[in-house]
Amino acid sequence: MIQHLNQRLHRLPVWAVWLASAIPLALLIWDTFMGGLGVDPVRDIEHRLGRTALYFLIATLCVKPLLRLARLNLMRFRQALGLITFAYAACHLLAWAVFDMALLWPQMLKDVVKRPYLIFGMIAILMLLALALTSNRYSIRRMGANWRHLHRLIYPAAILAAVHWLWALKVWESKPLSLLFAILFLLFLRFPGAFGFVGRLLGWRRAG
Amino acid sequence: AFGLTGKPSALSTDEKPNSFDEITNYNNFYEFGTGKTDPAQNAGSLKPQPWSVRIDGMVDRPGSYGVEDLVPESALEERIYRLRCVEAWSMIIPWLGVPLSSVLNKAGVQSGAKYVAFQTLLDPEQMPGQSYRIIDWPYREGLRLDEAMHPLAILATGLYGKVLPNQNGAPIRLVVPWKYGFKSIKSIVSITLTDQEPQTSWQMLQANEYGFYANVNPQVDHPRWSQATERRIGAGLFGGRQETLMFNGYGDQVASLYAGMDLKKFY
Repeated sequence: MIQHLNQRLHRLPVWAVWLASAIPLALLIWDTFMGGLGVDPVRDIEHRLGRTALYFLIATLCVKPLLRLARLNLMRFRQALGLITFAYAACHLLAWAVFDMALLWPQMLKDVVKRPYLIFGMIAILMLLALALTSNRYSIRRMGANWRHLHRLIYPAAILAAVHWLWALKVWESKPLSLLFAILFLLFLRFPGAFGFVGRLLGWRRAG
Repeated sequence: AFGLTGKPSALSTDEKPNSFDEITNYNNFYEFGTGKTDPAQNAGSLKPQPWSVRIDGMVDRPGSYGVEDLVPESALEERIYRLRCVEAWSMIIPWLGVPLSSVLNKAGVQSGAKYVAFQTLLDPEQMPGQSYRIIDWPYREGLRLDEAMHPLAILATGLYGKVLPNQNGAPIRLVVPWKYGFKSIKSIVSITLTDQEPQTSWQMLQANEYGFYANVNPQVDHPRWSQATERRIGAGLFGGRQETLMFNGYGDQVASLYAGMDLKKFY
């Protein structure tokens, strides 16, 4: 069945992923203009963009484990998923600066260096920026092994993004907490032996 | 009673109130969920009638009082107040209520009393959010007695000429407009006069972030975010931010309550 699915995925063009990824943005724009955002559209726009970025980030992180655990091959789409993550994160940052902070530069700068949740968010997006800028064949060829080392930054970026969300809240909320645990689990899967451990835990037999 | 009226008050602001829709669909009332629209969605399970408030502690006439006795319709005043949330957003709300002092006087405050402690209903059946122990329920708040007796402090039972909607703290809630919104405890079931500073829910949860006083103060930031400016709900996408005023703009009336106090220490 997986083989069949992989064959179908092989025929799916990458631009289809780009197109599908625009759906959350289209819905957000639709809601903004149709009054579907409720009492505080600023907050909704900002938060929905941030959440969507984190979902795509986690989707990007899932590509490799899905290949290794389930033999599902989504590698062709990983670059697109990563770039989409950055695009949503950049929109989230822009919404914060323009709508929420009204481009009050002095307060924004003061906050960004002082508030841990903003520092975490900023570091995360700088990391994602570095990854986005080097997400091309030229960089991969030129950087060699350094490219793989650099792109491991996606894990700290993901953790910082989830903590950025948690830290902005007044109480522990279950959604950002579960996303943080999901990211930590995906990071754990990277370590040698983790797959075997998870497999034994789930009672699977290791396939080749 | 579905239509309520209140005498206009000189303590009201002349700023334009937020719409009823905004006031009733953007609430922090964690007893019904942590999302801003959760209270409007989930507060239907609250039964605000019949309801009584226990007044006890250092009072001459302790007992269980009906809301109608504490806040008779004939005594209602309209108080259009600014509300400043600790999360750095704000609204203008036309409350209907009576001075808290009038309620405390009904019970007869004894001379040794120094503080007033309030509690919200504890009933996970009516308040489903209480099944999650994000806060040590019931919600608790408190005021110093002189704060409680200040003419600006009211107990509200309505807004916009209507009985208080459940998500706004039905049937009876505190409104202290010079303090962050979380001080204005909702759906009150008990009021206790005491000589000890009472524990308050947010202080119990995170004492370095939320103090007993919680006066609106643009110079004292929340450890995790700035309190210098605020965003007015309803101002639209490009509404921008406005400067937060000391004591939420009520400094002329209340600053004397804190004369000589270090407000950085007593935040």
